[in-house]
Amino acid sequence: MDDAQVLRAGVLPGPSTSVRLRRRAWRGSLQGSEFTWAVAFLIPYAALFLAFVAYPVAYGLWLGHKPALYAELVSEPIYQRTVVNTVLYVGIGVNLKMFGALLLSGFFMRRRWWVRGLLLVYVLPWAMPALPAFVSIHWMLNGQWGLLNNILWGIFGIDGPGWLETSRWLALGSVIASHIWKWMPFWTVILLAGRMSIPQELYEAAEVDGATGLRRFLHVTFPLLANLYLICTLLSTIFTLGDFNSVYFVSGGGPALSTHVLATLGIRDAFEIGRPDLGVAAVMSALPLMVPLVILLMRKLRTTEVQL
Amino acid sequence: MIAPSIDGSLVRRRPNYRLRRSLTEAAALALGVVVLIWTLVPIYNIVMVALEPHGDVFTNDIWPANPSFESFWIVVTEGYWYLENFWHQFGNSLYVGVATVILTLVIGSLASFSIGRIRIRHGWLVSNAALLTYVIPASFLAIPFYRIMHIYGLSNNLWSVIAAEVTFATPYAIFIFQQYGVSIPIELDEAARIDGASPIQVYFRIYLPLMAPALVAVGTYALLLAWNEYLYQFLLLSSKRSMTVPVALAQFLNSDEAPWNYMMATAIVYALPPVAIYYAFRRRMTAGLVMGGVKG
Repeated sequence: MDDAQVLRAGVLPGPSTSVRLRRRAWRGSLQGSEFTWAVAFLIPYAALFLAFVAYPVAYGLWLGHKPALYAELVSEPIYQRTVVNTVLYVGIGVNLKMFGALLLSGFFMRRRWWVRGLLLVYVLPWAMPALPAFVSIHWMLNGQWGLLNNILWGIFGIDGPGWLETSRWLALGSVIASHIWKWMPFWTVILLAGRMSIPQELYEAAEVDGATGLRRFLHVTFPLLANLYLICTLLSTIFTLGDFNSVYFVSGGGPALSTHVLATLGIRDAFEIGRPDLGVAAVMSALPLMVPLVILLMRKLRTTEVQL
Repeated sequence: MIAPSIDGSLVRRRPNYRLRRSLTEAAALALGVVVLIWTLVPIYNIVMVALEPHGDVFTNDIWPANPSFESFWIVVTEGYWYLENFWHQFGNSLYVGVATVILTLVIGSLASFSIGRIRIRHGWLVSNAALLTYVIPASFLAIPFYRIMHIYGLSNNLWSVIAAEVTFATPYAIFIFQQYGVSIPIELDEAARIDGASPIQVYFRIYLPLMAPALVAVGTYALLLAWNEYLYQFLLLSSKRSMTVPVALAQFLNSDEAPWNYMMATAIVYALPPVAIYYAFRRRMTAGLVMGGVKG
């Protein structure tokens, strides 16, 4: 279960690319009691899947199947703003976060005691639950009593704005920054593990050939990390699309419902306005983006698994 | 200075190299300071507000003028009406967490034993169903899930939350178990089989003991998932006695009086167990997340 070892298979086509054993302990076709056992072992998961995944999904599809719902949804100004917010939130949030994680994972490769110590502190946002973290940020960004404006005033003499109360773009920016704050450490750790699995000999060979600094990154590190980076970005896009906590606790969709994303708007429509069908429709309207991503990701993950 | 000529270049190269090194070091140090501040400011904020006595919250201090542990004492003794069920709610969270861990491990390990070791036909269908569940965001499923819990008669019941957490933790468990299971030689199963062991004996005597590291990683993951999750607990639990800590914590936000210091103290007490578990199991967690989160 060593990180480097685990990742190597995915990152590098090395000696571990050998053909996977496709063998049964119970050879031939399963007979009688063995088949019964195999099915019996699967029953708990099958029941769980049918009762709590398949049924809700089918129910959701049924709730949101009327085309009229989507006409109603699209005609709402809140929904139009929400779509723009979602695109900005996912597009900017994911890319900044992943690029930052890529750069910082390089920084954390440095062998210094203080870099190692810093890594322990740096993962704290990821280690703590989302709710306390985002509630703290929400209060910190309060225009009147928040810590951020107190610091700006106390140290720089700047009268900071009401980050969440005044402008849509400031609030959306704050939400994106909070999301990055919370989730960049996680992806940094993963990319760090990916970097550590690159054999040191490759770097030594590159150095002999005269590649250092940026060129070493472009010609050695990045090609080897590209697959991992792509998978992480796809996964992170899907997770960010479904991220409810950042928006809900940092801006709460405010000011004046201008910073909702699809995940929070769906919940609002369903439980605050009492229109579950409209909420499901809002969430389902993300499917045209979700489905290609999921297909791409599943294919990526499956081919990665075959390489093992 | 990469391709130096023979004459004297070594002499020139040395100090340049040293200068560049110390410049890089200085830049790294500066970046480190920026990362440190960026990471710690929101955490400093939560601690600072929690240490402020009631009434000092609405000031423009950057550090508390009269720090006190009063808020923590109020939380621990349930001395405020929002907190009157705090320990009960803490127990609820723990109950949900432990039940989620047990069910996730049992269901996940049985399924992956059937798929990966007995190699039931069409087992890949189950793997794919699990993979699909893993990549569907939980928040997208919340609305129909809520309605269905009403149909099952589980509304405002801790078991509805446990069902939700197990649903989202099990797919991950199945991947980890399958990935990790590959490293256990199938010959062991064959040998046991020749000695006359039934599948259930192989599962208990061989599979589970050898899977111990994966069980620990997944168990930790499931515990943290159940403890940290908010949306489903908020939607499915409504009464004060059935609430878990995160739901109760978010209740503070509805208050006009806004006892922010009590809220932050509660938040710290709530965040301490997962942070401690995280640091205790850090290595295993990372390995597990790398496997499940990236390799599937």
